[in-house]
Amino acid sequence: MAIAVSVQREAFDVAAEYAQLRRDNSADGATAMFVGSVRDFNVAQSVAHLELEHYPGMTEKVLREIAGEARQRWQLGRARIVHRFGRLDPGEDIVFVGAAAPHRQAALDACAFMMDFLKTRAPFWKKESGPDGERWVEARESDRDALRRW
Amino acid sequence: MIRVLFFAGLRERLQCAEVSVPASECSTLAELRSHLSERGGEWRSALADDKLQMALNRSVAEPHSAVDGGDEVAFFPPVTGG
Repeated sequence: MAIAVSVQREAFDVAAEYAQLRRDNSADGATAMFVGSVRDFNVAQSVAHLELEHYPGMTEKVLREIAGEARQRWQLGRARIVHRFGRLDPGEDIVFVGAAAPHRQAALDACAFMMDFLKTRAPFWKKESGPDGERWVEARESDRDALRRW
Repeated sequence: MIRVLFFAGLRERLQCAEVSVPASECSTLAELRSHLSERGGEWRSALADDKLQMALNRSVAEPHSAVDGGDEVAFFPPVTGG
C-alpha cells in the first residue's frame, strides 16, 4: 500500500514495518525510518511511565493527511506512520515513520517532515507519571518552530 | 444536536468527556464556546484559555466556522504526541 497509518495500543515491530516498505518494491532505492521512544527524564522530572490519549477518528485522519502530503511533495513510493496510545514505560517505542523513495534525500526529508507535522497536528496528549505525581506534558514552542522549514 | 467532545487536561478540568448542544443554541464555533462558558465555574475559566484548539468534524477549525446539527466538535489543549 502506498500509504498506511496505524494508531494502536500494542508495540510495533520495526522489522515488520520495514518489510512493508520494501515488499515487491524495486522502484524505490532509498528507505528512511525514524523511531521515537519514551525517555526516562523530561523537564526536571524523572518519568516512571506515560499515558497517551488520542482522539479516535481524527487521529487516523490527520496521520493519513500528513503521509499523503509527504508522498506528494517527495514523490514517495510508500509512506507509513504508526503511533501508539495507552500506557508506555521508559524505553518503549511510541512512534514509527517510514518513507521509501527512488533517492535518499526524498526519503530522509519526508521522514523529518512527517515527524514535524505529527508533533504539532496529530491529536495525541501525553501525561507523565513521576515521583511528584501526574502531569500533562506542555506543548513546546520549538516543535511549532520546526514547521517553518517546510 | 451538536456533539461536543473534550480531551486530555481539558476533559479532566471539566470532569466531562462529551456533551450535546441543541443546534439552535449557536451557529459558529465561537458561539458554541460562549454557550458552554455560560455553564459557569470551571467551564468559564477552562474555555477562556486562548491556547485551546478546536476541531469540527475531525479537522482543525476556526472560531468563525459554522456549526449545525449532526456536527462533531472537539475542544482540546495543544497536542503533544510523537
